[in-house]
Amino acid sequence: MINQLSWKVGGQQGEGIESTGEIFAKALYRLGYHLYGYRHFSSRIKGGHTNNKIRVSTEKIRSVSDDLDILVAFDQETIDVNFEELRQGGIIIADEKFKPVNPDDTKAKLCVVPFTKIATELGTSLMKNMVAVGASSAALGIPLENYHPIVKEIFGRKGDKVVESNIQAIEKGAEYFNREAGGPIDDFTLAPGDGKQRMYMIGNDAIAMGAIAAGVRIMSAYPITPASEIMEYLIDKLPKFGGTVIQTEDEIAAATMAIGANYSGVRAFTASAGPGLSLMAESIGLAGMTETPLVVVDTQRGGPSTGLPTKQEQSDIMAMIYGTHGEIPKVVMAPSTVEEAFYDMVEAFNIAEEYQCPVILLSDLQLSLGKQSVDPFDYNRIEIRRGKLMNESLPEIDKNEGFKRYENTPDGISPRTLPGMKNGLHHVTGVEHAETGKPSETADNRKVQMDKRLRKLRHLKFETPVHIDAKHERPDLLLIGIGSTRGAIEEAMMRLENEGVSVNHAHIRLLHPFPAEEMKPLIEKARHVVVIEQNATGQLAGLVKLNVGGRDKISSVLKYDGNPFKPAEVYKECKGVVSHASHV
Amino acid sequence: MPVTFKDFRNKVRPNWCPGCGDFSVQASIQRAAANLGLTPDSLAIISGIGCSGRISGYINSYGFHGIHGRALPIAQGVKMGNRDLTVIAAGGDGDGFAIGMGHTIHAIRRNIDITYIVMDNQIYGLTKGQTSPRSDMGFKTKSTPAGSVESPLSIMEMALTAGATFVAQGFSSDLKDLTSLIEQGIQHQGFSLINVFSPCVTYNKVNTYDWFKEHLIDLNDIEDYDPHNRVAAMQTLMAHNGLVKGLIYQDNEKKSYQDIAPGYSQEPLADTNIQLTEDQFKALVGEFM
Ligand SMILES: Cc1ncc(C[n+]2csc(CCOP(=O)(O)OP(=O)(O)O)c2C)c(N)n1
Ligand code: SF4
Ligand SMILES: [Mg+2]
Repeated sequence: MINQLSWKVGGQQGEGIESTGEIFAKALYRLGYHLYGYRHFSSRIKGGHTNNKIRVSTEKIRSVSDDLDILVAFDQETIDVNFEELRQGGIIIADEKFKPVNPDDTKAKLCVVPFTKIATELGTSLMKNMVAVGASSAALGIPLENYHPIVKEIFGRKGDKVVESNIQAIEKGAEYFNREAGGPIDDFTLAPGDGKQRMYMIGNDAIAMGAIAAGVRIMSAYPITPASEIMEYLIDKLPKFGGTVIQTEDEIAAATMAIGANYSGVRAFTASAGPGLSLMAESIGLAGMTETPLVVVDTQRGGPSTGLPTKQEQSDIMAMIYGTHGEIPKVVMAPSTVEEAFYDMVEAFNIAEEYQCPVILLSDLQLSLGKQSVDPFDYNRIEIRRGKLMNESLPEIDKNEGFKRYENTPDGISPRTLPGMKNGLHHVTGVEHAETGKPSETADNRKVQMDKRLRKLRHLKFETPVHIDAKHERPDLLLIGIGSTRGAIEEAMMRLENEGVSVNHAHIRLLHPFPAEEMKPLIEKARHVVVIEQNATGQLAGLVKLNVGGRDKISSVLKYDGNPFKPAEVYKECKGVVSHASHV
Repeated sequence: MPVTFKDFRNKVRPNWCPGCGDFSVQASIQRAAANLGLTPDSLAIISGIGCSGRISGYINSYGFHGIHGRALPIAQGVKMGNRDLTVIAAGGDGDGFAIGMGHTIHAIRRNIDITYIVMDNQIYGLTKGQTSPRSDMGFKTKSTPAGSVESPLSIMEMALTAGATFVAQGFSSDLKDLTSLIEQGIQHQGFSLINVFSPCVTYNKVNTYDWFKEHLIDLNDIEDYDPHNRVAAMQTLMAHNGLVKGLIYQDNEKKSYQDIAPGYSQEPLADTNIQLTEDQFKALVGEFM
């Protein structure tokens, strides 16, 4: 019996690879296993190699695995492309139809199953994915009854006959595999799951659900990979709450429409990726200058320009912090797990309204699209705070003065009224303005208003600006990361610790304003600091050096080939830093 | 006490040049608002950047002076957030037909119930006199010293082809007519585009008040002109090279975006309770289990 295993299905895009993974995963997470998925896909809609890798474990995992135990192949390309990843002793389960060839049978065993033929005999070749699911389940020894409710949920609408033949396809696939392989393979038999019910979702689902929990009623957005699922979820959900998604003509309209909606008093936001965020730069500055709450989600993908639109990267860090002209208060937060993505989204709106400024929620492709099992979210953790938003009963104002929307208060945050409110009338402009909002270019006023705006974030309350795992007072290594690399870093850390290297881990959750206070002692006490990030220029390392220092002991581990970090890669690079250092 | 146009005045002195056409647009908006019985609290004017864009600061109402070319998406967001507000977007010809043209076309076809007033002076005023998409060919400006070599946009025709439900053109000299067009625009259920010939007395020495008086055809003077006939509207515009004033076209059949967006609340969204109930939350979570 084993505690974790990696399974991958591959074929041509548009061939049902997605649904194969989906159904297999459903049975597993309902049995109480923890799952972590990774989709490899290209910008093509049909054709092109695609694969879906799922890691299954009896314990919580937050990273892709280093290697692969089982590869399910619908074509030879899948075998050729993924063979290297297979571990010694792994198996390939392949469709007989393409006459699969095993590149090296001393490494992996090939088990040929007639996916297409069995499916066709049962009525339609479309069910070949069900046959593959059946064969996979047989290898793992998963009882097939688990699929009955799942198949009913998916195909129930199409009638009993369709349900019945899909179940048969699963059973036939399992039977065939068992005959060929002589029953479940010991090496692949998983210890039982804990039976706990979890959610199975991508980060974008959590972000979108977080928006609903935050009370969002308008999303204005322009489609882009890997952000579109957020919009898709809300297109379905918002109308049920009286709200709406508006697909705008571009991202400038998306951001400015969200600004207009927030100004009117409704919680609104937009979500995009690098190219869209570049277009929004001026709008984000407008939100900062007019102190209008605004939430923008950036699901990072490979840049620059169109870059690697379907691949993992974390290269928008600097652009998100600095990407507008002039100087504004702005918050950039970076969830590192699906749970955090949900709760952070609610908090993003609270912060945007409390501090009356733009908030950027920085995700990355692996966090946004990697499907994983998650403990059900907690209703009691959802809190809505709207800061100094005034209610209707306001004292009468002098008509010629208007309401002091930009009153110079000690904390820099001014009372906010909404259009429609009696006695709250004021002007808003991106031009420098006085307390009433009317344009003013005097030197004195400029300084007062600039200081007021920038003062707002001085006492920003943020629950966990850095996720710190520091067991050691003076560790050999401090690993610093951000976003979806958290799991890979945690696993690398475990391996290093097992080898006697003492390691602390700091995962940055609040990127701007930078949590220098929290980071300083951690860096000072570590012998070496390794910043692990998915870009080519070490942007996060640069920020650490800028805000905290420690230049002489910081090194970078970078990856920018489009794929997420694997634990072994982080481990190897960090190991290199330690052993190199011990030689000098 | 009934509202009068004075309720929409504030003490801010416009920094427009004496004689600028935008003064009349300001006055017309104030009068139209008063005539319709609006209150300053219930009116939001969203403007772009340019001499014209300053208008939101010169009217006693809620106002948002945004960024160049983006008055329309901001205004649409305001209206969608609070459908009870009267929302006017305003700006220049550069703002709406150059940098913001994408938004103009899409606001027209989206048909959210706001009124868009363009102060069209065929020039960039604020940046001191460069050519605009509305400048005539051969028009000499700072950026086209030898005369513009690009064709001007036929904006009213363009609006018709984009599916506009309310298209009108006014002239700064005719305060009464302009006020009436703005009133009709505000009352129209859907997106209203009102292009106003609003002379720049400083940088446009060709398209002056006198020039417009000489060239503009009043649609009221065209016998049997029917503003509900799209084909006739297009023909009239083409026949007169777009130099007409009055209500050009109105479609009272097509429903506004707010009225057809599925599920969209009848109550202003800004007033609704946003806290999820535990049951709603559990249902959302359950979908992923
Ligand atoms: C993004 C951006 N580009 C350029 C400018 C400079 N700018 C300000 S107003 C303007 C054009 C003004 O022309 P128009 O919109 O016709 O307004 P008018 O001044 O004529 O009323 C320009 C180019 C700016 N403010 N923002
Ligand atoms: S420059 Fe022209 S548009 Fe600007 S205020 Fe003066 S007259 Fe009006
Ligand atoms: Mg102009």
